[in-house]
Amino acid sequence: MAKNKKPALLLAEFDTTPTLIHAAEKLRDAGYKSFDTHTPFPVHGMDAAMGLPDSKLGPMVFAGGLAGFTTAFVMIWWMNGVDYPLVVGGKPPFSIPSMVPILFELTVLFSSITAVLGMFHLNRIPQHHHPIFNSSRFDAASDDKFFVSVGTDDPKFDLDKTKRLLESVHCTHIELIHDDDSPAEELSLGHAEAS
Amino acid sequence: MAYHGLPIKSLGETPLLGEGATFRSITEAVSRVTENAAPRGWWVAFLIAFNFTGIMGLAIAYLFWTGVGVWGNNAPVYWAWDITNFVWWIGIGHAGTLISAVLFLFRQKWRTAINRFAEAMTIFAVICALIFPGIHVGRVWHAYYLFPLPNEMQLWPNFKSPLIWDIFAVSTYFTVSLLFWYVGLIPDLATLRDRARNMIRKRIYGALALGWRGSNRAWQNYERAYLILAALSTPLVLSVHSVVSFDFATSVMPGWHTTIFPPYFVAGAVFSGFAMVMTLMLVTRAVYGVRSIVTLKHLELMNKIMLVTGSLVGYAYGMEFFIAWYSGNEYELYVFKNRATGPYAWAYWTMISCNVISPQLFWFKKLRTSIPVMFVISIAINVGMWFERFVIIVTSLHRDFLPSSWGYFRPTLVDIFTYLGTLGFFFTAFLLFIRWVPMIAIAEVKGVLPEADPHYHPEEHGAEAAPVAGQAAEPLAATAEE
Repeated sequence: MAKNKKPALLLAEFDTTPTLIHAAEKLRDAGYKSFDTHTPFPVHGMDAAMGLPDSKLGPMVFAGGLAGFTTAFVMIWWMNGVDYPLVVGGKPPFSIPSMVPILFELTVLFSSITAVLGMFHLNRIPQHHHPIFNSSRFDAASDDKFFVSVGTDDPKFDLDKTKRLLESVHCTHIELIHDDDSPAEELSLGHAEAS
Repeated sequence: MAYHGLPIKSLGETPLLGEGATFRSITEAVSRVTENAAPRGWWVAFLIAFNFTGIMGLAIAYLFWTGVGVWGNNAPVYWAWDITNFVWWIGIGHAGTLISAVLFLFRQKWRTAINRFAEAMTIFAVICALIFPGIHVGRVWHAYYLFPLPNEMQLWPNFKSPLIWDIFAVSTYFTVSLLFWYVGLIPDLATLRDRARNMIRKRIYGALALGWRGSNRAWQNYERAYLILAALSTPLVLSVHSVVSFDFATSVMPGWHTTIFPPYFVAGAVFSGFAMVMTLMLVTRAVYGVRSIVTLKHLELMNKIMLVTGSLVGYAYGMEFFIAWYSGNEYELYVFKNRATGPYAWAYWTMISCNVISPQLFWFKKLRTSIPVMFVISIAINVGMWFERFVIIVTSLHRDFLPSSWGYFRPTLVDIFTYLGTLGFFFTAFLLFIRWVPMIAIAEVKGVLPEADPHYHPEEHGAEAAPVAGQAAEPLAATAEE
């Protein structure tokens, strides 16, 4: 225990999705805010189990799409209608019907780029460093294991209580992780069976 | 075939993955392809494909040096192999988007086994397609005139021309496909990063995975982004081939000036794209032993889509002929008679046999579940769809309104080498993709295993019936049936 720095998070391992969902519900009901689950694939129902509000991505993409539409409209109007009026086939230099394909394409283009960059922003990626990677067991989070991490910055966090809570929902392994390059510190599983 | 969560036995559904598939076995089967040394067959294929890429480079260099006269295009056939190849390649790309976006929106979970593969194919096919309009402009150093960029002539593009719509449609399509593909790859790149044992792999896959931790807070935004991209790609893919068809349909050429073109082109694009996915899939599946993930069921479902789109294409051919006669326009009727009986009748009938007749064999279950049969038919469809574009472009042009401007197009060696070269480039890129990138969407395939369901209890097997909020919105909640 030669650490004088506060640990970063508590990492509990689970074998199946039903136990993981149950653990998330328990943490949510106990009032934890700074916790997360880590899974190799998105688990349905986890957002509700964790009590997460809806993703904020939708409105961002709408704004992006609007920007794309406006860009296309102004570009065509200015280039063909104002700066270099071009009469082709007797049609007016600035004519809306022929703009439709490009209005559509740029709306889609800008929306898609916003969707991806917006997702990057909301997820704070690319991220170079995270203490969770100090756990060698965490490699399995992208393979076949399921994890719950509880941040020590959570106001509800208490090493013993939180550990007992995670044990009561049948985690198979639990460890304490520090935000330096030290390996994770394994904690022995107590046999606290809660009802 | 909703295939949602647990299979519905009363509908005759079977599990999506072969017997014994587990989270671990999926990770293993897909990742080890990128980790183990490439088999000898990979090297043989790569060297052949790479040589053809070199040939493409030489053919294009010669074209730039000498001018477009090195191609067979000449009065009256000004568009020939260049545009045929462009439309063919773009069409092949469409299956990737259809599988990744449209089937995603329809909750067709069987797509997870083939979508990564098909999306990669889309990207490489669109690159091949983009080569042709780029090099066919004659003065390539002015190719940037295609874009609304300031130039020394102080000209802006004519936005009323479908050719500029095409530039926007295809470049948007390429960008969005690339984004979609990369977003799908992030969790799988993280899997490769976590399995990496040497420093170089760790660094490269680590950088590409962007620090992905499989966190549910991230999955939430990720899934929303994926859904939005799918919803945007669906109308986009329909628009792209529609706009490509406007290049023809908005002209006043008999044989081109028809309203059926947009839907007919889209159906043809999906048809040819599925055929190309099938060809590639059958070979890869045999070489890399991913049969438990890409099962015969997947192949059969793809064959059914080919049967549908092939029949749509056949209907369009018939309808074109009918309208040519019904319109009472003698030029229109002449063009169509000339297609079927004129000097290019051999191309027309190749097209009909490959595109209309061959997919009809898929009505028979025995044939659509036979690997050799589907392999041959998928190749036939690729050939047939190339001829479709050739027939549309060349037969409509080769006899102009006056017999004095009639001609017969013959490709030159440079035409042929450029085309074979793009095939070489396509396969080179594809082989590199298979070698270094997870070719099956690991995270998505895991998500369709029964164990992935949060209500999965092997003992009681679906006895629990309380749907979770996230599932309630979905059409066939897995918990309801058993």
